[in-house]
Amino acid sequence: MSTAVAESRSNETAPGTGGMPRPARIGLTLAACAFAIVLPLFFDSGGNVMNNLVLAAAYVVMALGLNIIVGFAGLLDLGYVAFFAIGAYTMGYFGSSFHANAGGGEGIHILVSGPVENLPGIHFNFLLVCVMAVIATTIAGMLIGLPTLRLRGDYIAIVTLAFGEIIGRIAINGDEVTAFGTKLTNGRQGITPVDKIDLPGLERFTSLDLRPWFYVALALVFIVLFVNFRLRDSRLGRAWIALREDEVAAASMGIPMVKTKLLAYGTGAAFGGLSGAFLASYLNTVNADQFQFSFSIFILAMVILGGLGSIWGVVLGAIVLSVINNYLIPDVFNSLPADLGLDFDLTELSFGIFGFLLVIMMIIRPEGLIPERRRRMELVEEVGTDEAVFETRMP
Amino acid sequence: MAAASLPASSPAPVRAIRAFLSRFGLIIVLVAMPAVFAVSDLVNEGNLSRLGENLIDGLSNGSIWALVAIGYTLVYGIIELINFAHGEVFMIGSFVAVSLFGTFGLTAATGVPGLILGLLLSLVISMIACGTLNTMIEKVGYRPLRSSPRLAPLITAVGFSFILQNVGLLWRGGSPQSITDLINSQHTLVTILGVPITNGDLLAVCVTFPLVFLMTTFIARSRLGKAMRATAQDPDAARLMGISVDTTISLTFLIGGMLAGAAGLIYALFQTTIWYFQGFTAGLIAFTAAVMGGIGNIRGAVLGGLIIGFIQQISDNRIGTEWTPAIVFAYLVLIMVFRPSGLLGEETREAG
Repeated sequence: MSTAVAESRSNETAPGTGGMPRPARIGLTLAACAFAIVLPLFFDSGGNVMNNLVLAAAYVVMALGLNIIVGFAGLLDLGYVAFFAIGAYTMGYFGSSFHANAGGGEGIHILVSGPVENLPGIHFNFLLVCVMAVIATTIAGMLIGLPTLRLRGDYIAIVTLAFGEIIGRIAINGDEVTAFGTKLTNGRQGITPVDKIDLPGLERFTSLDLRPWFYVALALVFIVLFVNFRLRDSRLGRAWIALREDEVAAASMGIPMVKTKLLAYGTGAAFGGLSGAFLASYLNTVNADQFQFSFSIFILAMVILGGLGSIWGVVLGAIVLSVINNYLIPDVFNSLPADLGLDFDLTELSFGIFGFLLVIMMIIRPEGLIPERRRRMELVEEVGTDEAVFETRMP
Repeated sequence: MAAASLPASSPAPVRAIRAFLSRFGLIIVLVAMPAVFAVSDLVNEGNLSRLGENLIDGLSNGSIWALVAIGYTLVYGIIELINFAHGEVFMIGSFVAVSLFGTFGLTAATGVPGLILGLLLSLVISMIACGTLNTMIEKVGYRPLRSSPRLAPLITAVGFSFILQNVGLLWRGGSPQSITDLINSQHTLVTILGVPITNGDLLAVCVTFPLVFLMTTFIARSRLGKAMRATAQDPDAARLMGISVDTTISLTFLIGGMLAGAAGLIYALFQTTIWYFQGFTAGLIAFTAAVMGGIGNIRGAVLGGLIIGFIQQISDNRIGTEWTPAIVFAYLVLIMVFRPSGLLGEETREAG
C-alpha cells in the first residue's frame, strides 16, 4: 500500500489516470468535453439519438455519485435507487400539480413563469428544486448510512438494499397513505405531468426539442465531474480511499470514521438526487415502477464495468450500459431471437444480460474497463490485499 | 471496528443504556409487534385464537424460510459470501417441482399412495437439480474469485441472481401462475384451542424438520461435516490438515442448494402460486432470518426463519400483504442496529 502511494506521488500523476503526463491528461479532458458539447449538433434535435444522449448523461451523473460511495469509500451500496426516488419525488412534490389543494387550491408558485403560473399545486423553479433535492438526498444518505457504521462490508450491502426496497415499497403503496390532505405518492400511476425545466433567460423546455435538455444534463455532468476530481484529490478523498483499503489502520491513523463514512453517503446520495430530479422532469413522470432493485444494479453495473473508483472509467461504463440498455437491446438486437426462431422479447432479458456482463466482467477483468491505478496494482500484482486470501489448490 | 467508531469515553448512564439496548433491544423489537396485536385481540375479541392462527401459519411459512436461510448461513459460514443467487435457486426449485408434477401426471384426483410417491420423487429430483445448480454457480462464479477483494464474488452473485431470474421469466412467463392444489392445502385437519391446522401446515413441518434434523446430524457427526466446520473456522489450517477445501466448499453449496430445492417444492404446494420473482423476496426474507439467528449458525437460521415467518404472517394478515416486504426489511435494519451478531451469535471467522 505505502509503496503504491509513494510511487503515484513521485510520478506526479493522480491514481486512476493510467500514468499519463499532466499536459496530455488535461488535453484529453478538454477534448472529451469539447466532443460532448458539439455532439448533439450532428443529430436530429427531437430524435431517438438525442433521447439516448440525454439519458446517458443523466446516468453518468448517477454513476459518478455511486462511485463516491462504492468506488472511493468502498461501501457497497445496493440501494442507490432510493436516492433516485427521493430526488424524483422532490421534483414531483415541488414541480407538479400533485398537491392539488396547496395554497388554498390556487397553488404555490416560486420563480416560475408561463402557463405553469396558473396551475394548482406547488411549482418551484427547477434550480430551486435541484437544491432541495440535493439537501433531501444528502440527509437521506446520511440517515441510511447511520445504521451501517458499525457493520462490515457485506452487511452494509444488505442494509442499503433493505432501505432501497423500503423506499420502493413506500413509493408503490404510498397512494394508500394520506398526509396533510394529499396522498403520499401516486403509486404505480405516477405523478404526471411534471414541470419542464424553466431556466432564467431561456424558454421553457419542450419534449420536442431535446438539445437544451442535453446541455443541462451535460452541465450537471461537468459539475459532478469537477466535484469528483476535487474530492478525490482532497484530504477527504484520501481518507475515503484509506478507509476502503483498511478500516482499522485508517481509524488508528486518526481518520474520523463516522464523519468520513457519512460524508461519502451524503455526497454520493446528493448526485443521485440531482439526477433523479432532472430525470423526473425529463421523463415527465414520477412513477413507483421506476424505483426497483434492478435499477440499483443497473447503476452499480456501470460503476463496475468502468472500474471501481476510476472517474473516467465510470463515465465510460455509464455511457456503454446506457447505450446497451436504451439503444442496442431495444432497437438493434431486438429482432435477434425472432430471427433465430425463438419466441421472446429481448427487452425482457435486459437485466439477465446485465447480470451476465457483471459475471463476465468480474471473472475476466475485475478491475473494469479503465481501472483505477491503485486498484489495478492490487488486483494484478496483489499488493495490499490481505483479506480473503486463501488460495485453494488441490493437494 | 465497533470500538473504533464509538467515542472512547461516554458518560455512565449512556453506557448503561447502550449495554441494555445491545442486550435486549432486539428482543424488545421482536416482541413488540405480536404483543401489540395480542392486546388488541384480547380487548376486541376476548381471545387469542387469531394470533394463534397467525402463529401456526407463520410457523409453516417460516419453515420454508428456515430451509432457505440454512443455505445462506452455511455458505456465509464457510466462505463469508452472501450468496445472492440463493433465492433464485429456490425459485428454480419451485419451477422444477411444478414441472415434475406435470411430468408425473399428478392431479388433485390422484390417490394418496400415488401422490406421496410422486411428491417424494419430485422432492428428490428438485433437490438434486438445485444442489447441482448451486454447485455449478460456485464453480463458475465464486471459485475463480477467491483471492480477489470481497466485493468481487458478491457482484457475481448479484449477476447470477439476475441471470436465473431471467431464466425463470423465459420458462414460465412474467406473471404469477397458479398451480393445482395437489394436497388440498387449506383443508383443516384438526382444530386445537380454536386454531385450525391445515394440510399445508402439516406438509411444511413434516418435510422441514426431518431435513433440518438430518442436516444438523450430518454436520455434527460425519467426517464431511467435520471438514466443513474445520474449513469454516480456518481454511488454511484445514488444508494443512489434509482437508480438500475445494471439495468441502462445493459440498456446502450442494447441501444449501438441496435445501433450497426442498423449500421450493413446499412453497409451490403451500402457496399454490409460483412466479419468477418469488426468489428475490424469498431470498431477502431468508437472509434476514439467517442474520437474525446469527449468521453461520444453523440453529439460529431455523429460529430466525420461524420468527420471520411469524412476523410476515402477522403483517400479511393485519397490515396488508403489500407492506410485508417493507416490514421485513425494517426488521432487518433494526437487527443490524441493535445486534448485528443475531440472537444466537455468529459463528464466523470474523466474529472470532
